[in-house]
Amino acid sequence: MIAEAGLAALWLAAALALLQFGSGVAALRGEGSPLAALVRPVAVVQGALALLAFAALLLVFAQTDLSVKLVALNSHSAKPMMYKIAGAWGNHEGSMLLWVTVMGLAGSFVALVERRLPERTMIATLLGQAFVSLGFYAFLLFASNPFERLNPVPPEGQGLNPLLQDPGLAFHPPTLYLGYVGLSIAFSFAVGALITREVGPAFARAMRPWVLGAWIFLTLGITAGSYWAYYELGWGGWWFWDPVENASLMPWLAATALLHSCSVLAARNALRAWTVMLGVVAFSMSMVGTFLVRSGILTSVHAFAVDPKRGTFILALLAIYIGGALTLFAFRAATVTEGERFAVTSRESALVFNNVMLTGTLGIVLMGTLYPLVTEAFGERVSVGPPYFNPMSAVFVVPMLLVLTVGPLLRWRRDQLARVRLPMLIAAGVALTGLAVAISLAPGKVLPIIGLALAPAVAVASLLPLRGRKLRQVKLPLWGMVIAHFGIAVALLGMAAEGAFTTERLVALRVGESTPVGPWQIRLARIEPVAGPNWTALEATLEASYAGAAPIVTHPQARMFWAPVQNTAESALLTRWNGQLYTVLGDKADGGANGGRWQLRLWWKPLVTLIWIGGALIALGGLLALLGRVASDLRRLVASDKIAFRRQRQGR
Amino acid sequence: MSRLLLVIVLALTLLPSVAARADDTMPPAPYAYRQLDDPKLEAKAQGLMETIRCLTCQSQSIADSDASIAGDMRSQIRERIAAGEEPEAIRAWLVERYGDYITYTPRVTSLTWPLFAAPVAILLVAALLLRRRFGRGERNGGPQA
Repeated sequence: MIAEAGLAALWLAAALALLQFGSGVAALRGEGSPLAALVRPVAVVQGALALLAFAALLLVFAQTDLSVKLVALNSHSAKPMMYKIAGAWGNHEGSMLLWVTVMGLAGSFVALVERRLPERTMIATLLGQAFVSLGFYAFLLFASNPFERLNPVPPEGQGLNPLLQDPGLAFHPPTLYLGYVGLSIAFSFAVGALITREVGPAFARAMRPWVLGAWIFLTLGITAGSYWAYYELGWGGWWFWDPVENASLMPWLAATALLHSCSVLAARNALRAWTVMLGVVAFSMSMVGTFLVRSGILTSVHAFAVDPKRGTFILALLAIYIGGALTLFAFRAATVTEGERFAVTSRESALVFNNVMLTGTLGIVLMGTLYPLVTEAFGERVSVGPPYFNPMSAVFVVPMLLVLTVGPLLRWRRDQLARVRLPMLIAAGVALTGLAVAISLAPGKVLPIIGLALAPAVAVASLLPLRGRKLRQVKLPLWGMVIAHFGIAVALLGMAAEGAFTTERLVALRVGESTPVGPWQIRLARIEPVAGPNWTALEATLEASYAGAAPIVTHPQARMFWAPVQNTAESALLTRWNGQLYTVLGDKADGGANGGRWQLRLWWKPLVTLIWIGGALIALGGLLALLGRVASDLRRLVASDKIAFRRQRQGR
Repeated sequence: MSRLLLVIVLALTLLPSVAARADDTMPPAPYAYRQLDDPKLEAKAQGLMETIRCLTCQSQSIADSDASIAGDMRSQIRERIAAGEEPEAIRAWLVERYGDYITYTPRVTSLTWPLFAAPVAILLVAALLLRRRFGRGERNGGPQA
């Protein structure tokens, strides 16, 4: 009953999206069409219905209704409630439903609150949103129905992959999807502005908070996902340049570029066509990412079955939306002029440089991710991995970070480098000192050395825009920028330090023996069996003492799940201010011979936590900027309302 | 990260390998979970292992994987390094045996050159665009710093 209600809500939502699209088209074609008034309310109800469908899915998962195919395939009655609910989006159909739900809700939110732009542009925007939603509704209803029933009903579900049974699943996918799909708003704004040809500062100011919001969620989602992979996969890696990771990085790069070009458009009415283009590209990257992940095309080389119908469906959607938007762009770009001019040494130029370099990085990631498909089409399989991505992206990221040290200090329109000579000297001094220290500490590791040298320079430079200002009067968006740039430096330092200074120790120990790893001394105190709700495990008790201090106890586990049957290594981390000790319990060494030695994998990773602290700081910077922008928009709105009210009174 | 989402689908593929490992009565490869005693050689081996793909995993190097084939390969690589072989020679041997797919460092071939031309092309296009932009800007905007 609940499943059918969910399906009905989904169909209704799809029908309303069609109505939203149709009435939008009618309203744009005939001035003063009564249908114009329909667009906003329909958008709101459409979002509510999508939410209803999603709630129905959550409910069937919470009840473990095994007559629903999706539940039977992905859930199990003995699973903890948190994973039953989070498991609703830990699969293809559920995550696509989450996608359209977020998209519907974003649309209704825009329809409810966005009143800064001319109504025609807003109608065009909501029309674009409905058009994109329609495709995904069709995909859900025709190719991945999450509410399909199963007959006969199986006695028990197949369970959720143990690697996913982690609090990370509750947080990471929804956050990332809010980011992916939030960019659809930017896309729709861009399409709306192209249709009505109204691209200017007002458009940028209206779009910016939406881009910022999506970007904050993307940043958080990527950061959280990286940490999750780091502790869950049990080998201490935090970024693998995996196609699925790249799929989340590409929209982030595009959104970061969009954010910066938006501020140029808002402040200086320049880079008009470019900003619109980025709006299209950012969401296109979200869709390409979804396509890569959901179609299974990049994993087709592996032995599991992927429904080819789905791949074709998403490919068609991709062609329609990206192709359509780019065609619209090609027709209208000529009528959207570039806008104001500026000199080479100016804030705008620095931001253009940032945009070019971010786009370049995006190009590299896209190329490296998709190229194996090209070679496969020619009958040859190649792998593109970290040895390609790391140096190639550094080609673009390093110059960008160098410009980041001065860019925020420059004035709009035209400036002299001589004016910022002192800050430049400070940054250069810090970088050179960093370089010398890094070379002496980690000789021969090129990329980590560059990172170690750049990070302190960027950190210092990111604080310089505050120089000479009264801190209490500094506006929120400026704080946001400073903190986000500082976060980049912090994350970079973490990445470089992890690359340069990690110590690895793989050992087989008998109970009672100990081993050093970096500054730590680790003693295997005992091994005991423990049991959880749907697993049993062997748990090691390790006594870890840092540089001779009193030992701290930590418990890595080797878990055996029974539904589905799978073994996972639950790592145990000890966090200090200066790094993390990463411990994993492996199998019994020598197959039980040699008197019961246990495999231990130990890493000392100096400063590694800075990677995710930096990510969180970047997101915090975004949040402050968002709050500042929204607050000033509200003030402006209140002021203009007051003026309108006074005029009205005087006119009377 | 989002790779974990994929693991759902992968679960089916992983199961046999886990089961196989549990049943394995063969002694495990000696250097699968053991480092070389000489830290310099171990660093060499580690550098190579991080760029060799685990064939049964989802986009992981053999240095990051619990799969049995990854363990066997780690052991192979450590033994060969200990015997004095150079990492690139071992890589060539692996490519010979398993094809280009095994290594994460794509070689420049008639098929893969665009990968390496891409950054150059992107830089060129960027330079052209910027020159056009600022070339005009100079005429309109007057002298620059």
